[in-house]
Amino acid sequence: MPVLVDPSKRVLVQGITGREGRLRTRYMLDYGTRVVAGCAPERGGQEVFGVPVFADVATALQAAGPFDISVIFVPGPAAKSAAMEAIDSGIPLIVLIADRMPLYDVLEICAAAKRAGISVLGPNTAGVVVPDQAVVGLVGGSAKSARGWLHPGPAGVISRSGGMGVAAAYELGRCGIGVSALVHVGGDAIIGMRMHEIACLFQNDPDTRVIALVGEIGTSQEEQVAELMKAGKITKPVVAHIGGRSAQSGIRYSHAGAIVERGLGTYAGKKQAIESAGGVVVGTFPEFSKAVQRFL
Amino acid sequence: MARLTEFQSKELLRSSGILTPKGAVGATPEACGEIAAQLGGTVVVKAQIGATNRAEIGAVRVVSSAREAATAAREMFEATEAAQILVEERIKVAAEYYVGIVMDDRERCPVLLASASGGSGIEQRESTIHRISLDVLADVSPKQFLAFTIAAGLPEDASLVLERLWRLARRSDARSAEINPLARSENGQLIALDCRISIDDYSVFRHPEFGIDFARETAAPPTELDHIAWKLESDDYRGTFFFLQLPRQHEGWPLIGFHGCGGGGAIAALDALSRAELEAADFVDTSGNPPASKVYRATRIILSQPGITGYFLCGSGMASQDQADLARALVKAFREENLEIPAVLRLGGNGEDRAAIIMQRYAAGAGAAIETYQKEHSTEFCVSRLRHLVEANKQTPHRPNLGSAGEMRAQPPAAYSFETRTGQIHYEHALCKLCESKACIAACQPDILKLVDDLPVLAISAADAKRGRCTECLACEEECWNQGNHGATIDFPIAGLLAYRKEHASSS
Repeated sequence: MPVLVDPSKRVLVQGITGREGRLRTRYMLDYGTRVVAGCAPERGGQEVFGVPVFADVATALQAAGPFDISVIFVPGPAAKSAAMEAIDSGIPLIVLIADRMPLYDVLEICAAAKRAGISVLGPNTAGVVVPDQAVVGLVGGSAKSARGWLHPGPAGVISRSGGMGVAAAYELGRCGIGVSALVHVGGDAIIGMRMHEIACLFQNDPDTRVIALVGEIGTSQEEQVAELMKAGKITKPVVAHIGGRSAQSGIRYSHAGAIVERGLGTYAGKKQAIESAGGVVVGTFPEFSKAVQRFL
Repeated sequence: MARLTEFQSKELLRSSGILTPKGAVGATPEACGEIAAQLGGTVVVKAQIGATNRAEIGAVRVVSSAREAATAAREMFEATEAAQILVEERIKVAAEYYVGIVMDDRERCPVLLASASGGSGIEQRESTIHRISLDVLADVSPKQFLAFTIAAGLPEDASLVLERLWRLARRSDARSAEINPLARSENGQLIALDCRISIDDYSVFRHPEFGIDFARETAAPPTELDHIAWKLESDDYRGTFFFLQLPRQHEGWPLIGFHGCGGGGAIAALDALSRAELEAADFVDTSGNPPASKVYRATRIILSQPGITGYFLCGSGMASQDQADLARALVKAFREENLEIPAVLRLGGNGEDRAAIIMQRYAAGAGAAIETYQKEHSTEFCVSRLRHLVEANKQTPHRPNLGSAGEMRAQPPAAYSFETRTGQIHYEHALCKLCESKACIAACQPDILKLVDDLPVLAISAADAKRGRCTECLACEEECWNQGNHGATIDFPIAGLLAYRKEHASSS
């Protein structure tokens, strides 16, 4: 069973009639994702590439449900109410694409999802792709580029950067390794599913033999992966690249989560944590594939 | 930046019913002296700057007269970048506590912190800090605050301070709010002697009352150029343009104008530069599919830094946004700048072949060494090329061009002009008449041009073009310069940039 998405999963697209929603629906359909319904207030009754559009999640659920995943393309300030709608409707996985979401909106979404037993990927995520099977979100660009760039294989990639995640998957493919799935957890400080939770999914995924982390300074995500490795809960080999070795403390480097504060989230701290747990931290990006190859 | 000053933070505390010392801010030494005179007696003079070690650097001083207060303020204005200095009554302290709200990315919730051992150096007494998670969906009861307060070893009346601080943090969208110290004065009051509140950058739009004019977490105060760039970002929501000038870390290293695309790719590129002993003058991220006009302006801003000896654009190599947009933006900015320093561009991802053609076409006739690479070439390789070109280049470091490019000009006589969302496009029809290619028509990406009497004009209404149907892709101008008769010119002004360049040209 692939990680998070596969062609059997029934996907709802919230904000399907917007510029991004429309474009990415095209891409997901072309790639093989089973997009079964869309939502947009006041656009109920329309169709987008043959996908029926409903005014809200509850109506969509009644007419075209159940859904396994909702992917939300509603922009930042309005994304909270869209996410809450999906949580209220009990959709088990929500993929929140919006960037620049206000902090307390995200905190409320995380708390409500936790209470309801629902998983949230994002915000500020490009989504998840299982090569040649299904994509949810925008990772990979277009179906054509995704097919050219991403190939199936034994490496499970978890990234805090959309672009670097694809770059890692591309390199792994170019070296003949390929990836079981690429999951972008999002660049913000407060996010739903974090690296260690995705790492557990890869631990249980028979198609994954190595876990590849594309990390960066800030937050405690890489450290948490290391903790699970030490606790024996993650036993597959872990190879990591961590950006921000040259970063200065107190400066946020574009991503909301990429900031070293109170001495926490440093490059050195993350490297030490992963290495002491038995993982490999590569110095430069081109070394990534070589390091992964050693475990295959 | 989204960090409030101590005085702003204290005003918020006061409005929430938390006691603070009496005081006010002054913008001149004289004003500070007057505040001290009004307060009378011993006062504390505190520069309103972001540094956490103010006492060590002389930015907090206790003085006993108005004249001394004015003198201390004058010295602080000279020695620090403070725009305001706080003068407040001196509180005699019997005990010091620490209380705060910060975000816990593990639990994904705010946490309340408290220590009975407050005051400076709290970071070194981490073990004395008690913590409890707060539920953003439920009302935390006064009882819960009280129980926590007692457990943390603080006096019971601090419970109300904690409760009020939490409500204030929530209401203000604060990502952190800390009072250190929260003091027990000798006359028995609980009073906040120092306070730091930081507003979430992405929530700043909800709080015009704070007057935050730069919503970025930084270590140093924003520079003039940071402000110019921030204005551009906040005025144009299409895509991201993140710009920060970086403090100089290695004096001997060549200074590079750095242009990252995508946050993660930009961070990795910064590391690669540093490994090659090249110093980035700035940290930039243009991503999220910005229009070419925004990337053009970003490039102009990066090139407003005198003394850079190279230009480096680098992303993850796998961008989903069209790299040809980036290439056109760079070419326009480089051409107007008459760039003389070497540039290495890693344009990888969608549209990279087309982007490479656009760059190479320009590079063939350019005065500077410009090399373009695609996704097959690693960041490390591109940096090594840059290092080589910078070392080989015998020209002087970059001097920003003081010409009028990037300014909104008067409409050229006899030109056909229309407005776009953020600029103006002119077609000088006298030149267009002699043009055989009419390449602008085919190049236009949103397809909004047509030929009338063999001359390019809008095929849509001028109002629609201004509303955004013209996507500011720069393709008409780019093709006109390559195949046409140079009749097309586009102005994308940047408020304050030319003045900035002139000022910094004369001073350097």
